[in-house]
Amino acid sequence: MKTYTYTEKKDTRSGFGAGLAELGRTNPNVVALCADLTPSLKMGEFIKENPDRFFQIGIAEANMMGIAAGMTIGGKIPFTGTFANFSTGRVYDQIRQSIAYSDKNVKICASHAGLTLGEDGATHQILEDIGLMKMLPGMTVINPCDFNQTKAATIAIAEHHGPVYLRFGRPSVPIFTPADQKFEIGKAIHLTEGTDVTIVATGHLVWEALEASKALYEQGISAEVINIHTIKPLDTKAILDSVSKTGCIVTAEEHNYLGGLGESVARELAIHKPTPQEFVATQDTFGESGTPAQLMDKYGLNAEAIVNAAQKVIKRK
Amino acid sequence: MANTNELQDLTTQVRRDILRMVHKVNSGHPGGSLGCAEFLVALYNEIMDRKEGFDMDGLNEDLFFLSNGHISPVFYSVLAHAGYFPIEELSTFRLIDSRLQGHPTTHEGLPGVRIASGSLGQGLSVALGAAQTKKLNGDTHLVYSLHGDGELQEGQNWEAIMYASAKKVDNIIATVDLNGQQIDGATDHVLPMGSLRAKFEAFGWDVIDIEQGNDIEAILKGMAEAKALTGKGKPVCVLLKTVMGHGVDFMMHTHEWHGKAPNDEQLESALAQNPETLGDY
Repeated sequence: MKTYTYTEKKDTRSGFGAGLAELGRTNPNVVALCADLTPSLKMGEFIKENPDRFFQIGIAEANMMGIAAGMTIGGKIPFTGTFANFSTGRVYDQIRQSIAYSDKNVKICASHAGLTLGEDGATHQILEDIGLMKMLPGMTVINPCDFNQTKAATIAIAEHHGPVYLRFGRPSVPIFTPADQKFEIGKAIHLTEGTDVTIVATGHLVWEALEASKALYEQGISAEVINIHTIKPLDTKAILDSVSKTGCIVTAEEHNYLGGLGESVARELAIHKPTPQEFVATQDTFGESGTPAQLMDKYGLNAEAIVNAAQKVIKRK
Repeated sequence: MANTNELQDLTTQVRRDILRMVHKVNSGHPGGSLGCAEFLVALYNEIMDRKEGFDMDGLNEDLFFLSNGHISPVFYSVLAHAGYFPIEELSTFRLIDSRLQGHPTTHEGLPGVRIASGSLGQGLSVALGAAQTKKLNGDTHLVYSLHGDGELQEGQNWEAIMYASAKKVDNIIATVDLNGQQIDGATDHVLPMGSLRAKFEAFGWDVIDIEQGNDIEAILKGMAEAKALTGKGKPVCVLLKTVMGHGVDFMMHTHEWHGKAPNDEQLESALAQNPETLGDY
């Protein structure tokens, strides 16, 4: 079995900051907006190098989304930055009408998604954002897994014309994808080959899926781990090809089971190839305060939970 | 450069278009549309510096954003008469498969429309973004926007109003249609907003009053004053006092015709008050 190791951990939001800084140097049409969270979004390098292309909006996210929509008129590519909660739920109608329905080329960049925001608690830990965003016609939804992939995704979405929701997080997580990767929107990445169970994961859960596959291997279970960094459009073919081999699937995400990756996968399976599926996700609940590791443990979003789900789903074959 | 009589004739024709559009589908918003007819006719035919044709980016021309999208009938009629799309297409307003949706949208590719609007309170933010992009592009043209007075009850407006002066967005002229009416009644009854001049000034804007917002000469004079204030470090607001339903006696001075179409008899009476000038579509 192919195994993955890491020598460094970093937060995915820093990957966004690094990608944005590179775009600042290479694409003169890229502009950045922030609603009073520039250190949290790691936007400092871009701001320092491109002060004329940075717009501090203040604590006014609705206004930020509208301004971003307007800035596209005349050829700019706005990247908005705030927490995932304030990037989606707080401004849903602004995104719906002024960005998605208006076909505006805005990149909604959302940090501190999910439980791993940690101690600030449920007011800030959105677990519904993937669902909100994927339901908008024309919206691309991306949730990369580590620093390198978040940087590559940030750079890639500038070349994609249309609204994008880019979701990343706060905690330091292992860097295990290549620094020189080319990010292809909508293209799943096979991390391990396996025959007994497919595990598709997104965001922070991808590393946990790899850890789970090691534990499963020791139990004699061969798991195929797929990194679904793009939830919409979904790489249906990669999923169907894999379950054709394995006959069962576990989906894993730092999100409510309602509206998340798991539901998108279930729809494709229901249409094309009904397959037993288990969902590693939060169970229609709000989060709470705690350390990221405590929360992921308590809410069942880690390697152990994926192992349990894999054992369960294999029995349902 | 059109003369005032020509603009008046066009305004009358636009009124007929509005009435016939909403009557045909028995839906739409005639009141606010009629009240803003002079303003939009003057804006598109005299005030704005526009290029031939339409492209979304609108480089090196003035731009307009309609925030109170429910007055789509007047917007569509003025756009059609300004050459953005065939005037005959007005007959498809609110019909299935039409580019003339109930509220304006870019989604169907209707030339002249740069943003969807209808859910209120979003247009000023969009206009500010477009104005800031003009500055980034070194484009000295202006951005115009129109908002309902009731619409200012939406909080996003005040985020945008605060932002505009803080960031010295001085290439925008935002006009508020001060007709004093909204769906549930007079604005002073539903949610009194006090002095809008005082509010805009307190937020750092220059404010121009146009007391006769259904008089083309008054509009041209007021908008010239507003334009003279641009480029001086402050955003500019125009408080345009109009009469909702203007030009149709039984629709004036009431909120009753905000979102209601005339029946056959009412249409006949309304059209008789606005005799055909440039020909009906």
